[in-house]
Amino acid sequence: MTEASASPDASADAAAVAAPIVECRHLHKWYAGVHALKGVSLTIKRGEVVGLVGDNGAGKSTLIKIISGVHPPDRGEILVDGKRVDIRTPKQAMNLGIETIYQTNSMVPMMSIARNLFIGREPLAVSIFGFGLMDQAHMRRESVKAIANVDLHLRSPDALVGELSGGQQQGVAIARAIHFKSRVLILDEPTNHLSVKETARVLGFVRGLPAQGVAGILISHNLHHVIEACDRIVAMARGEIVFDKPVGETSIEEFQEYF
Amino acid sequence: MRASPLRNLFRIYLEKPELAGAALLCILTAVFEARSNGAFLSPDNLRGILGLLPEVGLVSVGVTILMICGEFDLSVGSTFALAPMATSLTIIAGVPLVPAIVIGLVIAAVIGFVNGFITLTFAIPSFITTLGMLFIVRSLTVVISGGFPPLLPDDLATGVFTQYVGPGGLLRASFLWFLGVSIAASAIMTLCNLGNWIRATGGNLEAAATMGVPARRVKLFCFILCSMLAGFGGIIQVFRLQSPLPSIGDGLELQAVAAAVMGGTALTGGIGTVLGGIVGALLIRIIDNGLVMSQVDANWFKFAVGALTILAVIGNSWLRRTARSIKLESPA
Repeated sequence: MTEASASPDASADAAAVAAPIVECRHLHKWYAGVHALKGVSLTIKRGEVVGLVGDNGAGKSTLIKIISGVHPPDRGEILVDGKRVDIRTPKQAMNLGIETIYQTNSMVPMMSIARNLFIGREPLAVSIFGFGLMDQAHMRRESVKAIANVDLHLRSPDALVGELSGGQQQGVAIARAIHFKSRVLILDEPTNHLSVKETARVLGFVRGLPAQGVAGILISHNLHHVIEACDRIVAMARGEIVFDKPVGETSIEEFQEYF
Repeated sequence: MRASPLRNLFRIYLEKPELAGAALLCILTAVFEARSNGAFLSPDNLRGILGLLPEVGLVSVGVTILMICGEFDLSVGSTFALAPMATSLTIIAGVPLVPAIVIGLVIAAVIGFVNGFITLTFAIPSFITTLGMLFIVRSLTVVISGGFPPLLPDDLATGVFTQYVGPGGLLRASFLWFLGVSIAASAIMTLCNLGNWIRATGGNLEAAATMGVPARRVKLFCFILCSMLAGFGGIIQVFRLQSPLPSIGDGLELQAVAAAVMGGTALTGGIGTVLGGIVGALLIRIIDNGLVMSQVDANWFKFAVGALTILAVIGNSWLRRTARSIKLESPA
């Protein structure tokens, strides 16, 4: 390899590092004639936690479903690390490091913590054509580590997820995302149906994301939660972004005046 | 806070749902043994119970796995008849034994595929798809039999399924096949990634799909597996009876669901074990036989199975609710 050919590579790498981790450009989406997203552009920087707020039907869910590969956009593009990507399935999004945690639990209650952590990505001791024996010792060991990483301490990786409290379950989901080197974690109303104490616990997990080098998008109805856990507030209404400011430069009063 | 004995009991129950059925199995065995003055556990009687177990047991294992995956198959009783009918007719047409068995199993697999394909493509309850298939497949069986149960040749080498083996000829060879299939099925469910996917698909379909489990293909696999096991059970029964009656397996679909439920499998999916399905099948066999041995009117058999099924579901859901309402895990 000559130096001449190496240097553009190097500068491309540098550009990729400088580029925002996710950039949406002019996304449009129609559902049966309803214009759900009207040219939304949003940039998420590395290790930044963005709070996404707005009423029902504002387009929050549509936006994150596009980013997480559940629905394709009708128009517009998504860039990851400055490169244009085509995200067709949740699996593709996960391969790009984008993982989503929904309000309805993303865990299987009657399976153990260790098994839940590795659903769909089981480490195999022996395998033929992608099927084989799971390396259960590895799964147990790694799940204990992954959970301790988000400051959650549980009795045993063999306990069923259904035995955990709602907040602990979200903690395991977040631990799972971090363990699999997710770089962007989308949390769709993760504190719904949780008690005050459990909500605080989950918001604590979200606040800890930048320390793990993970960017986050927290979708919430509750402005207090967003201010507590996020770096930036983005508000949507009628399919458009109508407000976008760092948390430090705004207040609940200003935000409410805006609406 | 230390775990109380009650909590431990619930935790064990949640992790091993087949234990309640296994306990009942022991109790019933003891009762029947006492009531029959020791005839129940005599070698002759055990030979009868264990000789029939593989045929129904194979169906129960398939139905259990499919139920764990969150789907139903009511057509297993009809598949139980069609697969051996096809095998028998091909044997009578001059095809050797092994290819004829393969043909029967392939036909069973096709039924499973159609069940799964229709259910998943049109997003309708498998309860309905397979109820329709129950009639369709039974009708096909009678049609291709031509109305007469054909007779299998006497010199057919079916001993590999039917001969008595083991100490005192206590078991039929079919029992070893059943044992092998059960161990393999249990290994898939507990040790393999495929088992993880099946349980996740049944336990929380949305979560499984989000985590990249190919849920549609997993379900299709379970439908096909369930039908093939039903077909295999039927083939073994026909080799034992020496003739493929078009009526065999009638009502077996409900017995298999009852067996799965008695073994702790939940109707909602995600909960259950292969061992539980076997325990359930054994329970049904033991009740069937034990009532006769205790000289109770055999017509009470269906009453007992029905009552136990309802009790099992009530018991299971009560235990699950209670176990959940107690906070089992305390933060460390």
